[in-house]
Amino acid sequence: MLRSLDGDAAAYRRLLAELRDRLGRYFARRAPPDGGLADDLVQETLMAIHAKRATFDRTQPVTPWAYAIARYKLIDHLRRSSRGRFRPFEHDDEFAVDDDSAAADARRDIEQGLAALPERGRELLVAVKLNQEPVADVARRAGMSESAVKVAVHRSFLRLASRLRGSGDAP
Amino acid sequence: MSDDLLDRLSASLRPTPAGLVPRRLLTGLAAGGAVSLALVAAILGPRPDLAPAVSQPMFWVKFGYALALAGVGLWAVERLARPGGLARSRLAWIAAPILTVTAIALWRLAAEPPAVRMGLVMGHSARLCPWYVLAASLAPFAGLVWAVRGLAPTRLRLAGLALGFAAGGMGAFAYAMHCDEMAAPFLAVWYTLGVAAAGALGWLVGPRILRW
Repeated sequence: MLRSLDGDAAAYRRLLAELRDRLGRYFARRAPPDGGLADDLVQETLMAIHAKRATFDRTQPVTPWAYAIARYKLIDHLRRSSRGRFRPFEHDDEFAVDDDSAAADARRDIEQGLAALPERGRELLVAVKLNQEPVADVARRAGMSESAVKVAVHRSFLRLASRLRGSGDAP
Repeated sequence: MSDDLLDRLSASLRPTPAGLVPRRLLTGLAAGGAVSLALVAAILGPRPDLAPAVSQPMFWVKFGYALALAGVGLWAVERLARPGGLARSRLAWIAAPILTVTAIALWRLAAEPPAVRMGLVMGHSARLCPWYVLAASLAPFAGLVWAVRGLAPTRLRLAGLALGFAAGGMGAFAYAMHCDEMAAPFLAVWYTLGVAAAGALGWLVGPRILRW
């Protein structure tokens, strides 16, 4: 996002593509499944993200900001479509909790962290730590000794941890 | 969805300067404040005792109070004008200048005999003061509404409230050019009431006029 704000169109396009996919899931869960409403809202939100990108606080992560815009667009749509009786906006409480964005943020961070690891180390880490395969099996498959696997997994783990601590929001 | 939109948006990307939010808000507040000052000068006129008054501390307390209210309001708007911005703690800071001036007012009242206390609170313009403050807030209010509509508030009532405080502080500043009341109790009651009215106005109309 920071590179986007500085005018890096390629980074910006990657960010928009990722947000599009995640917004698609966000609206698909919340909008009625008819007539492409979710698609319209995704489009509207992406255009709002573009138009209002100056309101992004450079010290904050990008996803809560993007979801706040999405939520606003969703509520705005609901309000407009219940024309006739005026429903003033109350964003504070109604919709604030029904949101998995914190979990989604964590997942995104971890996926990005994993993707940045060297391939061999990542495979070992996923096999041993996430899939809980026995170290002996993994070692046999990789053609390594058990202690070498343990060392490699530990190294990858440290690298992932330092990445999660250190860098905020890379794109 | 096709990639068309992504292509179009990323092709129209221009570098975005940091600090655009505060700059836009300051522009709106300053432009509205200038209009307000000009109107107060033209319609009400500056206070007749301006020259001798500048040497009195209360003269500066009044302007300081107005600016502090405007500053806290603007600081809260700066957060609330961004998507997801909540700023409850920033808004709560509005209590700091109010409590300070209230403390000065109580200290002043305690030092006076009961017979003159009411006079210190009411001054000679209590009935008009809050209305003038509110009226002087309208131009900065409009300036800030322009600024915030170009940004992206998602909590429109709170944004309106903070915007109203900022505009009210600026209105109080402009009106203080004319008003020659010098008692802290008067300031604590009637100026605060005028600024609170501007905040209430923002709270009421925020959901309608801050939509984007």
